Amino acid sequence: MSEPRLSTDDVAHVAWLARLALTPEQIEVAHGQLLGVLEHFADIDALDLDGVEPMTQPYPLQNVLRDDVVGECLDRDEVLAAAPAAVDGRFRVPPILGEAP
Amino acid sequence: MTARTIAGDVRAGRRSARDVVEEHLARIAEREPELHAFNLVLADEARAAADEIDRRVRAGDDPGPLAGVPVALKDNLCTRGIPTTCSSRILEGWRPPYTATVVERIAAAGGVAIGKTNLDEFAMGSSTENSAFGPTRNPLDPSRVPGGSSGGSAAAVAAGFAPLALGSDTGGSIRQPAALCGVVGVKPTYGAVSRYGLVAFASSLDQIGPFAADVADAALLYDLIAGHDPKDSTSIPGAARAVTPALGQGVAGLRVGMVREMREGIDADVLARVDAAAAALEHAGASVEEVSVPAATYGLTAYYLIAPAEASSNLSRYDGVRYGLRVDAADTTQMMAATRAAGFGEEVRRRIMLGTYALSAGYYDAYYGKALKVRRLIARDFDAAYQRVDLLLSATSPSTAFAFGAKTANPLAMYLSDVCTIPSNLAGHPAMSVPFGVGDDGLPVGVQLLAPTLEEATMFRAAAALEEAMR
Repeated sequence: MSEPRLSTDDVAHVAWLARLALTPEQIEVAHGQLLGVLEHFADIDALDLDGVEPMTQPYPLQNVLRDDVVGECLDRDEVLAAAPAAVDGRFRVPPILGEAP
Repeated sequence: MTARTIAGDVRAGRRSARDVVEEHLARIAEREPELHAFNLVLADEARAAADEIDRRVRAGDDPGPLAGVPVALKDNLCTRGIPTTCSSRILEGWRPPYTATVVERIAAAGGVAIGKTNLDEFAMGSSTENSAFGPTRNPLDPSRVPGGSSGGSAAAVAAGFAPLALGSDTGGSIRQPAALCGVVGVKPTYGAVSRYGLVAFASSLDQIGPFAADVADAALLYDLIAGHDPKDSTSIPGAARAVTPALGQGVAGLRVGMVREMREGIDADVLARVDAAAAALEHAGASVEEVSVPAATYGLTAYYLIAPAEASSNLSRYDGVRYGLRVDAADTTQMMAATRAAGFGEEVRRRIMLGTYALSAGYYDAYYGKALKVRRLIARDFDAAYQRVDLLLSATSPSTAFAFGAKTANPLAMYLSDVCTIPSNLAGHPAMSVPFGVGDDGLPVGVQLLAPTLEEATMFRAAAALEEAMR
């Protein structure tokens, strides 16, 4: 692959995109391993892929619809019981913007 | 004892399901501390289910074709109210609010869930060493790995903890551990078996399938779980074609292709068993020729771009909000990043990063987009091969069971364990591993049979012939 070589900064950026709070040591290790794997993946550069249709899934299913009728639903209390924090029938999370109330 | 014998005895009232369950629990009590095939043994639940089956038999009911048969379930199959961990800290203690369709079908047929089996975290791995709860050991040689990612299910069947087990196969995770543990393992056609309730890894590749000690038991379980499910929108419409009736049909006239590209990098003692399997099929009346699936050579690369890309998307749901682990932090974004860093193990983090990178702006076309085109080439090359032959034959795994730690330091070495199994997942085709003798170290070798879409019956015919040849 003729892309620029992956840097540790790139790995740190990818870790952030993936929402993984990694330590600098973990970034360093991941960098070396990703480089090794990507190097191996250059083997497909030898293939002529012009005009080849991408294959996203094996079985040609499209627009799978069901009848518009109310079916079985998950029980809300049972679902919320599994949440790390819930309040008033909803999931509770730390502040998203600004200070906690 | 086979599942068929157990079910026959229980249905006829010759033996109680409770007795069957106690016998298997006793075997588990004896060897499980050493092997660690299970994340959770469902002793009380299994006893209660067995008692209910016995009550029905006494009342004159037929509990079904799996009456009283213990079945081990890979711990990425959801079981309502029963912890389902995917061998990950991030889901430790989670109790799903619903049950996988395959698990419901097994219960409806009289099968008894005996435990949730260990796996590589989120089914990412080929040795079960990536489990957050410690590795599973190979029952045939506890100094070796059982393969993976469904290593616990393969080990459970090989150790006699259950005659049947379910696993999932995204790149070889049923077939490779089946080969390393000397049991039968089947990856059905993509969409042939409902995946409702299977925790997603790579959605265009994942498929649930059976493990069994012999081919007919694997066929019995396949026939029970195959078929359309309205709860899985990728499940193939219509009824599945049963494979059990095909078992006795023999292989006379069947054309079998030896895949040239799947001989590279395979140990000589394993290749010798593949050649012996070809000879056995020929002896039983099939014709064997060498065929080429040129793009299969690039399967590993395509797979390790596509599967991590899909995984990075699927695993974004573990964010500390709705279920599982939460590591508290000042705001939600930091909470998510801290939770995910603490909850995911090293290999899962590595694949999420690889997938995120392959999908990220500026790299999508060079990596993910290209991999999807290679995937098309592989499917086309398979189609061309199937113009000439009915089935393909290869090794399942490049080697017999390897030692603990042998491949953990080098991810690529571990990935190469799946070089023969990955192409079927990319194409969506069925494939299975059948034990066929042993390697130089005396450990089992599995040979792989590959078939075109929904040709499971042909594949099982050949599997039965290979089993017959080994008798």
